[in-house]
Amino acid sequence: MIPEALALSAVLFTIGTIGVLTRRNAIVIFMCVELMLNAVNLTFVALSKLYGVTGQVFVVFVMTVAAAEAAVGLAIIIAIFRHGQTVNLKNINLLKG
Amino acid sequence: MTALVAQVAAPSRILNLARPGELSLAIAPDLVLCGGAMLLLLYAAWRPESVAHQRRVGVGAMAVALATLVAVVLVSFLGWSSSGGPVAVDGFRWASDVIFLLAAIVAIGLAMDYNAREGITAPESHVLILFATVGMMIMAAARDLMVLFLGIETMSVAVYVLVGMNRRSARSAEGALKYFLLGAFSTAFLLYGIALVYGATGSTNLSVIGGRISALSLLESPMLLVGVALLFVGFGFKVAAAPFHMWAPDVYEGAPTPITAWMAAAVKAAAFAAFLRLLIEAFGHLYMAWHDALWWLAAITMFVGNLVALQQRNLKRMLAYSSIGHTGFLLVAATSATPQAAGAFLFYLLAYTLATMGAFAVIMALGSGEQPRENVEDFHGLWNERPGLAVAMTVFMLAMLGFPIFGGMGFFAKWYVLQAALDAVAPQTRLAVMLVLATTISAGYYLHVVMVMFMKPRPEMAPPLPAPGQMARAVIVATVVLLLAFGVFPDPAVRWARSGTQLVPAMPAAAAIPAPAGQ
Repeated sequence: MIPEALALSAVLFTIGTIGVLTRRNAIVIFMCVELMLNAVNLTFVALSKLYGVTGQVFVVFVMTVAAAEAAVGLAIIIAIFRHGQTVNLKNINLLKG
Repeated sequence: MTALVAQVAAPSRILNLARPGELSLAIAPDLVLCGGAMLLLLYAAWRPESVAHQRRVGVGAMAVALATLVAVVLVSFLGWSSSGGPVAVDGFRWASDVIFLLAAIVAIGLAMDYNAREGITAPESHVLILFATVGMMIMAAARDLMVLFLGIETMSVAVYVLVGMNRRSARSAEGALKYFLLGAFSTAFLLYGIALVYGATGSTNLSVIGGRISALSLLESPMLLVGVALLFVGFGFKVAAAPFHMWAPDVYEGAPTPITAWMAAAVKAAAFAAFLRLLIEAFGHLYMAWHDALWWLAAITMFVGNLVALQQRNLKRMLAYSSIGHTGFLLVAATSATPQAAGAFLFYLLAYTLATMGAFAVIMALGSGEQPRENVEDFHGLWNERPGLAVAMTVFMLAMLGFPIFGGMGFFAKWYVLQAALDAVAPQTRLAVMLVLATTISAGYYLHVVMVMFMKPRPEMAPPLPAPGQMARAVIVATVVLLLAFGVFPDPAVRWARSGTQLVPAMPAAAAIPAPAGQ
């Protein structure tokens, strides 16, 4: 059971990574990051079956932090939408060197 | 001096962190800062937003940071230590805390001037700097991956907001978005790395991990090695090491200048402090496995940062690339992985923090609301109009270059890093040569700034420069004086940095790492 869970979470993490690298919509990228975090959560839960409760405690912290990050992140996305009426990273390119 | 301290702290206590009372003693300075910041946040929300209120909260935030600094210094003289447990109680932690708190005080001072000028009335910007500093102090203390993760996130979430603090600026919002997306992305890598290390060793405590790696001979465990590699990627993003540095120039350019200064100094320092502790305490036995990775990271980062900085016309971007170059120099110290290197690392961080914050303060002092004046052309002939600023900027540039005497501490900083690299058990001779070469390249842009200030004429139609704000002036004077004073009398700074070396503990006996000789 544990190897399967670890493999699944590795697959999910990879999907999330590919999503972040290929998508250009800020909200979709953010969703992919959340997918990566939840893949890690699955790893922690699976491992805590081997090592006891630490992994599950970690998951609670990760979820709390992810919620805080979502609050700040969505606020930033709204702020940028107000400036350019877009959340597509292709159109957000004031900063170039 | 050291003997005196040893006497005062004669019954140096070993705290038992399993007891709540002793744990709260161990994190007392962090609690002071955290509590002070929360009270200040209440006060900030108490009155309507205005420039005057913003200044009042700024003064309060500086006072809280100063009180914490006093607490840190007091606790560091008590000579406490801990055995195991989730937080470290050692000199490395206190020495790093001093850097974070100094940087926070300077940044709050600069932000007070900047906010007043740009019409940012939000008083919570100062409180957010304090909250991020809480995160940094937790990172420097973390001896458990869980605590480390929470510290990183406490810091990062506050910094995401601070980058976007100037809500009227589209550049600020863009910088915040880029920093947020890449920060969250790197956090995911870091976290997966933590999960795999936990999976391989069965613990999140750094010393337990270190012990199990050698006891269970996990040197070849693929799960552990993949986990360590992911942690390297995560920290590579956080400290802006090439090839994970792409976000840094954009974010540094977009963020409000005081926040840029503070990010380049303190945020980077915090990530480095946590990284160094992780490398030495948990993965010391894996030295052979990560040495090559870190070696390449250091080599690439030094050259990419300094070469790309040569082409920059915007000074904030130039300093962003130069800070990537400095990341490379700090990675050289990390690659050496000896107690001596930890001391060199702390000394370098102090010199770099002072020079960076000073240089950004000069950039801020030149700009005004409508005209940011961040390009090299804006510095032409500065000597004729504002000789004081020109001289200060020269000191900062020479300090970053590592020039003797006129560069103050900068020279000794580079010297100690080189010495640590050459004295390591596996001497990093090639890295040391590369460090010198990269420094030579960096002269190309540092000296260019100095040259245009003194030798180019001021453009004829240039509007007069605004008078620098009080806080900016105080910061510039203080950083110049400190840089030059420690350049002539480096002893106090060296002693301070050494207090951090004795206590980077649990240096692995295995691998190729020696006992600290002649310290």
